[in-house]
Amino acid sequence: MRKSLLSVAAVASVTLLLTACGGGGGGTDATGDSTATTDASAEATGDAGASADPSAPPVRGNEDLVVWTDATKLDAVTAVAQAFGEANGITVGVQAIVNTRSDFITANQAGNGPDVLVGAHDWIGQLVANGAIDPLQISADSLSGYSEKAVTAVTYNGQLMGIPYGVESLVLYCNKTYAPDTYATLDDAIAAGQAAKDAGSVQSALNIPQGVNGDPYHMQPLFTSAGGYLFGLDATGTPDANDLGVGTDAGIAAAQKIATLGDAGSKVLSTAITNDNAISLFAQGQAGCLISGPWALSDVEAGLGADGYTVQPIPGFAGMSPAEPFMGAQAFYVASNGQNKSFAQAFVTGTSGGGLNSEEAMTTLFEGTNLPPAMTSVRATAAASDPLIGVFGDAADAAYPMPAIPAMDQVWTPLGQAYAAIIGGADPASTMTTAAQTISSAIASS
Amino acid sequence: MTTTAPPKTDARPPAGSRRSFPMEITGGSTGVLIAKVIGLGLILALAIGLTPTLIATSNWAFLAILWVITLVILAIYLTGRAVPAKYLLPGTLFLVLFLIYPILLTFQLSTTNYGDGTRTSREAAIARIVGSSAVQVEGGATYGMVIGTSGSTTTGPFVMLLVNSTTGDAYVGSEEDGLQPLDEDAVTIESGVVTEADGYTILTRQEQNSLSSSGQPLDGFSVPAGGDSVIKVQGFQAIEMRTPLVYDEEADTITNTDTGVVYTEQLGPSGDRSFFVDEDGNRLSNQSWGENIGLQNYKRIFTDPAITGPFAGIFAWTLVFAFVSVASTFLLGLLLAVTLNDPRMRFQRGFRSILILPYAIPGFISLMVWAGFWNRDFGLVNDLLGTGIDWLGNATWAKVAVLATNLWMGFPYMFLISTGALQSIPGDLKEAASIDGATGFTQFRKIVFPLLMVATAPLLVSSFAFNFNNFNAIQLLTEGGPFTPDNPTAGGTDILISYTYRLAFGSAGQQIGFASAVSVVLFVLTGVIAAIQFRGTRALEEMN
Repeated sequence: MRKSLLSVAAVASVTLLLTACGGGGGGTDATGDSTATTDASAEATGDAGASADPSAPPVRGNEDLVVWTDATKLDAVTAVAQAFGEANGITVGVQAIVNTRSDFITANQAGNGPDVLVGAHDWIGQLVANGAIDPLQISADSLSGYSEKAVTAVTYNGQLMGIPYGVESLVLYCNKTYAPDTYATLDDAIAAGQAAKDAGSVQSALNIPQGVNGDPYHMQPLFTSAGGYLFGLDATGTPDANDLGVGTDAGIAAAQKIATLGDAGSKVLSTAITNDNAISLFAQGQAGCLISGPWALSDVEAGLGADGYTVQPIPGFAGMSPAEPFMGAQAFYVASNGQNKSFAQAFVTGTSGGGLNSEEAMTTLFEGTNLPPAMTSVRATAAASDPLIGVFGDAADAAYPMPAIPAMDQVWTPLGQAYAAIIGGADPASTMTTAAQTISSAIASS
Repeated sequence: MTTTAPPKTDARPPAGSRRSFPMEITGGSTGVLIAKVIGLGLILALAIGLTPTLIATSNWAFLAILWVITLVILAIYLTGRAVPAKYLLPGTLFLVLFLIYPILLTFQLSTTNYGDGTRTSREAAIARIVGSSAVQVEGGATYGMVIGTSGSTTTGPFVMLLVNSTTGDAYVGSEEDGLQPLDEDAVTIESGVVTEADGYTILTRQEQNSLSSSGQPLDGFSVPAGGDSVIKVQGFQAIEMRTPLVYDEEADTITNTDTGVVYTEQLGPSGDRSFFVDEDGNRLSNQSWGENIGLQNYKRIFTDPAITGPFAGIFAWTLVFAFVSVASTFLLGLLLAVTLNDPRMRFQRGFRSILILPYAIPGFISLMVWAGFWNRDFGLVNDLLGTGIDWLGNATWAKVAVLATNLWMGFPYMFLISTGALQSIPGDLKEAASIDGATGFTQFRKIVFPLLMVATAPLLVSSFAFNFNNFNAIQLLTEGGPFTPDNPTAGGTDILISYTYRLAFGSAGQQIGFASAVSVVLFVLTGVIAAIQFRGTRALEEMN
């Protein structure tokens, strides 16, 4: 869904490179500017030289165990990888890669990728379709140490594909000045925000980023609470691409509920609230409540002060189903084409000797990322000292692991556009039916 | 792109002038000579240095091309016979390397289905599908494992020395003899793994690791453990596993031995890749494999109704977008340039510096900021105008917003080139015109503007081609939107490049082969338009 701008730029640069020749000198400049595949390699051990050329693709380090991740997780991943390296007497290299997923797929195929990859669980569908990661075997005993939802998230076609370390989902933030309580229903939270909006204190009752193209990820808690679903589950509990819930009666009913919050109804939802301004408006005290994830926490705390806001799992609408936002897990994967498979497997699945599948490693990862741990015992300890971690963790446990099936890719754009249209006052029934047709035919033809 | 060679002279140059060619080994100063020797030496060294790698990777074509180029360079710069070639060669080489070669590669890629799910060969895909189905045998044992050898630590033969994690019993496992119990007296066991065993040398973890990478002796090492189960290595453990999927090479099918379902190859609905499917058409895996599909991608561009349907409208808007962008930026830039070029104007430099500021801000940032400015409720534009226009949510207003943003982004460039061109027009022409009685505006229309166009027209053409494919301006501002729910593939501000980007990369993973085909088509299209425009600008040059 949130395709990175960088991949956009990389593709654009390919086209620009080709078309530049037709346009003389003017176009070629753009090639250099927009090739954004920056190699932000940072060496954990410092013994491999990284190229500083910003246009070069990432180059694999030469250590006994090479891990690729993104810049935000670099420190935490480096800490656990180094602990493993010390315990085993090997060198480790952790590299922050900008386009982690796409660069990994390409590099792994070419045989110069890393041994271990760190990333979100909804990558798994694409990684498996490219044969880029190996299934893992860990004992049932070990597996039961992780939260059930996290295990579901990293299980694909009945196989465990990664070891989860952190979970995240959307939560409800409220500004204590205007909405001081925690709320049992979403309606109550909206009412509190609306009162502040009517009084002129805030510009928006509840910020749910949608933008003019819609955003199904942030709409999912409302859609599910109002009875909608995206994909049904098949016998094995895997989302079934043939059972699309968007255009069903339940989906249309949910869309009708959403429409009552749009321009034609209470105007709580607005396409003017985007991913660019939702968090900042709330942090500036311009919104009663906000639906966002743990990533908004630092901005919110900086804006409203440590005691200026509340966080709770998103409640459902009054008298309707519970809200089920998407849950995401961050996990470690073993590359199918790595050069150090033995160390990679021992690192990812190992329960001792610095292996990830241990409380010690998971605690290190939590301390570095501050993400609610997927391992239940580690989460309990973390929640005891930081109640917010408990809240985020509970919210993730109540959420629904985002389907990693390829059909999901076909959902985001049409459904988002349908939401944007419905917020703008379009007829929910026909809009959702049209979106469902578009999605179904796209799934059928891929 | 074409350079005219200097005219050839039939007569040999006199001896004296021959010596004046600085690049000849027989002449020139010592410094030049040294520079030349070093330069050619470096090229030769590079060629020699690359040769072993190319031979090792069997890159024969590259090897041949590398040496042909090197020898041509040496021949041209050492002999002094082909003087024009000395000047043509560097440009030609770079043209081939950076322009023609990528285009050929792109075309070659466009005849394949390369992309997500099709990156591997068919054999590799089948091996991976089958291999990934391996599961741990229910109640099967796990072992602490080390690799031992009765021979060499690099070539084997290798065995697994196993200690059952639950019972603590020790075994030796080999590919030929399967699992055999080890005599307790013959082994030393420490913390769940064998540390010494009679008759075997135990490999260190590093040795095991390096022998396990792909193509090495321990890659896929497994020990039969009775029935259909095998003992497989995972890290420094071994696990009793079974693989329910079996590939039948003869019938070219994959069978699931648990359910008895047979999967056969079938062409997928996208028409460019095949999958293994059961009788009902359910896919065994989403993994397909790379194939050459000829002109299938081009066929799709010209026949797929999802592409051809909205094409005319988007193509028209692309032309309008590119034309209006160029025209508006040029007019504004020219107006400002003319105004600031007037000698009576004070603070010329200050104004000029301010005016090129939008050009100095990185485009990415400008576009993101502008996307915020156009916001209906919180944006600067509506705030200033006191309006409530849904700029980015209404197709017409979104077009206006895109053009206005592009005007802001682009006018400083036009201002710069117009200023430059104005200053190069000789003042005596204007003087002559005013003596003939021409007023200021007539002077501009009849003298200044035509001369200005001679200099700027080619830049306008290239600017048109750039805007024709101005992906950033659309993607970062509107993402092609707004969309209507009945047509989620073609948005109100989509230009060809943003539209086809969404087709190739927007969903269903990356279709790089298809994207390459689109690139080739757009390249041709832009090239044709530019050629027509350049033809048009010739008329301007004749005016001179």
